[in-house]
Amino acid sequence: MYDPTVARLTYRALLGRRRALILGALPLLLIVLSVAVRALTGADDQTAADVLGGFAIATMVPIIGVIAGTGAIGPEIDDGSVVYLLSKPLKRPAIIFTKLIVAIAVTMVFSAVPTLIAGLILNGNGQQIAVAYTVAALVSSIAYSALFLLLGTVSRHAVVFGLVYALVWEALFGSLVPGARTLSVQQWSLAVAHKIAGGDLVTSQVSLTTATVLLVVVTVLATWYAGQKLRTLKLAGEE
Amino acid sequence: MAVEQPLTTPAGDQTRIHDIGYRGYDGPRLGRAYARLSLYSQSLRGAYGLGRSAKSKVLPMLLFTVMCVPAAIMVAVAVATKAHELPVAYTRYAIMMQAVISLYVAAQAPQAVSRDLRFKTVPLYFSRPIETADYVRAKFASLASAIFILTAAPLLVMYVGALLSKLGFAHQTKEFAEGLVSVALLSLLFAGIGLVIAAVTPRRGFGIAAVIAVLIISYGAVSTLQAIADVQNHTSAIPWIGLFSPVTLIDGVQSAFLGATARNPGAINPSSGQGVLYVLVVLGLIAGSYGLLMRRYKKVGL
Repeated sequence: MYDPTVARLTYRALLGRRRALILGALPLLLIVLSVAVRALTGADDQTAADVLGGFAIATMVPIIGVIAGTGAIGPEIDDGSVVYLLSKPLKRPAIIFTKLIVAIAVTMVFSAVPTLIAGLILNGNGQQIAVAYTVAALVSSIAYSALFLLLGTVSRHAVVFGLVYALVWEALFGSLVPGARTLSVQQWSLAVAHKIAGGDLVTSQVSLTTATVLLVVVTVLATWYAGQKLRTLKLAGEE
Repeated sequence: MAVEQPLTTPAGDQTRIHDIGYRGYDGPRLGRAYARLSLYSQSLRGAYGLGRSAKSKVLPMLLFTVMCVPAAIMVAVAVATKAHELPVAYTRYAIMMQAVISLYVAAQAPQAVSRDLRFKTVPLYFSRPIETADYVRAKFASLASAIFILTAAPLLVMYVGALLSKLGFAHQTKEFAEGLVSVALLSLLFAGIGLVIAAVTPRRGFGIAAVIAVLIISYGAVSTLQAIADVQNHTSAIPWIGLFSPVTLIDGVQSAFLGATARNPGAINPSSGQGVLYVLVVLGLIAGSYGLLMRRYKKVGL
């Protein structure tokens, strides 16, 4: 299923030239932010949980997920060069699977690692907060990558729709309509983090069982459907 | 007029040049100003998907609706409850809807410039009478106008609603004018930032993500820092932190000079000295992005 050549090409598309800078800017901002917060307030568990939950998990992970997930396939479909890939004797689901692995890896590296570092800076992993949020970032990386990779195969405006989901649905509707929180990758991953951190600092709206089931279902379904979409992909002209 | 020209050809050679009737253009030359105006109006229409496919109309129209509906609801509430004041001040509305405005800028700035770069049509523009400055000004002005339409339309809805429910003409007009000045500044600032970022990345997806990162993430980061500074009683630091994101910059300018209340945690209005600094930073950013665009297009594709 995993094809090293496709993987290499995808890595180059995601990290080549100046694109790694865009991906690297957000984690850098998180670390600068946590250094500033630590200097302003000293080590405080509640503040650490606020910064990691409010900035790292709610904003940084989804956006990196959008960039990596849609960036793994979107630009290729957009400029039509995906035909060269599709005309090779490779199974389309295998292409999707490989791209998914790459997207997950990139998202994890650029979101979970800085989350861990920021957590260590903020309160030195007091009450397991750093580890809990890192695990949440790892878990949500998988689901986000799968979801946004699917979006990339479905729509030309995948980045915008991905951002609308990440910022409007999860942040805005999630805070207004309680039901929307059940259908949110962020809350599912927080359920996992809640299990690790124990205490009340990390809370989630969904139970661990529901979260795990939904995470697995969404990831598998999205990957399968993206493979199907790629099998029947029509290359339309530019708008 | 196809007239055979007798050509001096060597005997036996059948080659000759036929005049097949191409004629020179002797109509009016509309010139540079007209070309610039056309580029401006086409880009402005394009920013709302007019003259493009139905699919590309969906997003801008959706965001436009999302911007206007809350304003209409507020007017309805104000009329129904017979309030003496609209529930949200004109100046506050754009700050409240900053996520929608940022999404619009992120979606439309790359569509205004990235495709010209990617499909290498920029040299074609410059084969017309327009020059670099014209292209940059037309694109800058069209995106700024598009954002102004997006942000001023809900204010207009609120103003008309307020007048219809007789909320005091002079007072409402003054606040409406202040709101318009603030969204005009916001439009110029956001258009500048969006275009500079989009002009660097020919790939649309990355342009969108980068614009979002600069507009929304910086606002998130600044708000987080301000909230922490507020909790820790470093309230004097709050206006200084606000200098580092576009949304809080506009917020600072209007709370210093346009009678708005700052939206930052603790509602700390900047002092007038800081207000002047805010204005200078905003104007500097607008001028700077114009300069950067000019530099970017000096050599592109040529």
